[in-house]
Amino acid sequence: MATPTLTRPTPRTSTSEGLRRPRKKMTAGKIAALVVAAFIAVLWLVPFAWATATAFKTETDAAAPKVSWMPPSGFTAEAFVKVFQDGNIPLWTWNSFYTSAAITAITLVISALVAYALSRIDFKGKKVLMTVIIASIIIPPPVLIIPLFYQMLALHLIDTSWAIILPQVIHPAMVFVLKKFFDQIPRELEEAAVMDGASRLRIFTQIILPLSRPILAAVAIFVFIGAWNNFLWPFIATNDGALLTLPVGLQTIKSAYGIQYAQNMASALLAALPLILVFLFFQRQIIKGVATTGLAGT
Amino acid sequence: MSSSLASRRSTGQPDIATATPPQPPRRPSQSRTRSNLSGWGFATPFLVFFLVFLVWPILYGIYMSLTGKSLTGANDSLIGFANYAEALADADMWRSLGNTLYFTVISTVPLVLVALVMAALLNVGLPAQWLWRLSYFAPYLLASTVVSLFFTWMYNPQLGLINDSLSKLGIPKVAWLNDPNVAMWAIVIATLWWTVGFNFLLYMAAMQTIPAQHYEAASLDGAGAWRQFFSITLPQLTPTTVMIVLLQILASMKIFDQVYQMTAGGPGGSTRPVVQYIFETGFTGYRLGYSAAISYIFFGLIVLISVMQFAVTRRRRA
Repeated sequence: MATPTLTRPTPRTSTSEGLRRPRKKMTAGKIAALVVAAFIAVLWLVPFAWATATAFKTETDAAAPKVSWMPPSGFTAEAFVKVFQDGNIPLWTWNSFYTSAAITAITLVISALVAYALSRIDFKGKKVLMTVIIASIIIPPPVLIIPLFYQMLALHLIDTSWAIILPQVIHPAMVFVLKKFFDQIPRELEEAAVMDGASRLRIFTQIILPLSRPILAAVAIFVFIGAWNNFLWPFIATNDGALLTLPVGLQTIKSAYGIQYAQNMASALLAALPLILVFLFFQRQIIKGVATTGLAGT
Repeated sequence: MSSSLASRRSTGQPDIATATPPQPPRRPSQSRTRSNLSGWGFATPFLVFFLVFLVWPILYGIYMSLTGKSLTGANDSLIGFANYAEALADADMWRSLGNTLYFTVISTVPLVLVALVMAALLNVGLPAQWLWRLSYFAPYLLASTVVSLFFTWMYNPQLGLINDSLSKLGIPKVAWLNDPNVAMWAIVIATLWWTVGFNFLLYMAAMQTIPAQHYEAASLDGAGAWRQFFSITLPQLTPTTVMIVLLQILASMKIFDQVYQMTAGGPGGSTRPVVQYIFETGFTGYRLGYSAAISYIFFGLIVLISVMQFAVTRRRRA
């Protein structure tokens, strides 16, 4: 019963993305655009390429005063082996993964629930609640680091993963995005269930959630990327080396390795790899996610 | 109150209200109380987190800002607005606030313009869209630490790729991160590379919603590509541009990661943003109360900017 309305909008947006206007032959203008686009793309790929080239050099070649793409002693995976051997990158990746996954899961559940109430249920104080949530969008997280740190101290959560996870699950903008999506789901779909006496929770889990997969995926990807890359709060919340997330751990590497350029670049690339892979797999959802949840910003 | 709720509901679902006459006396009242309960029930999990990890810290932070609280535990007593008075007379606070505003001003322009150019180029209908999208957007997926490692390495005065390339073009070496006049621009360049992909995707999505008929009609009238861009695309994008500028200003105001990692605020405090100053007074200076006061001055500034932006966009629409 639910599928027709779900599948109909999806192909429409995806075709409009690819072939919005009929492709015409390459005009002079198009070729010029192609050249400029390629030039920018090359500029944008240079940092990746240069980091990769450095990571595969010997430390001696990397630190040689003559900058070269082709090192005199040839390429080697030495730096990667060393970085991998000291074991920190896999540990930090795991820490980043499970804290980000927990943040994403909690965010999705609590945001979808409140968004459903705001979209579908009439209750006293709803307007006030909506206003408060929207207003809280402008609160810049860095403003809260001092009281949050003190709160974590008082709750004895400093140097536990909970200190990283708990304060990151509130995303007022995502609540708003979900509410807007729920608003568009036709009420007729719920009517039959209401007549049958289905509970609100049942309607929510069996009708609304299945219809909302695209937006839930978009919000999930977004929250996950944000949590994965967050630096300031995890940096403050943990000092325990075993709990460091990838971005925080990397920050310590820079001082530890000092001028070991090849190892620095190897660690940076290893740290970048997971999300680049995620992007390659979920390109379409991520792009659509930015388009639909873009309002949320970073 | 109850009747207004009922009528609001029935305007939303006229069919249900009229189509279920069998149990009219019981149903409305029961479902209304139930919906109050279930409404708050659904909101509760979020509200708990919201109250504990957002509202409470805000309120507690205000209280802290009125005390001499320090990380070492000394002096929890209220000292009124002394912290605020001290902050307003603190040259370092003003300087870090100035750096933040300076960064926001000089970063927002390229972050919006370059994104627009990228999206406009792809909107021409180039082949291999995925390749351009990937290259422009991929840096956005990196952690700030990775970006900082990449750019610190490229900015290296002696071994770095950038100075080497410049010297091949006959441009003298630049001490990118060590020259107080250049360091902030070096941060802007790294930030542009890192985050422009997000604005680019927003622009691209917006351009795809412009109806193709507009362009067809324009080309029948003999309008060229440039003319079409300035007469159709740009005006249609105005709401998107307003939104992107707004989001970008708020994002840029929060600058911390890249600066802390690339220059640590130097040279000579020339890049230190206000978030770093908050961090340092609190965690290395141990002055939590004072740090909280600076946080709220910063917060006040953001609220002010948001309200101003809101007023401007309101007037535009009116």
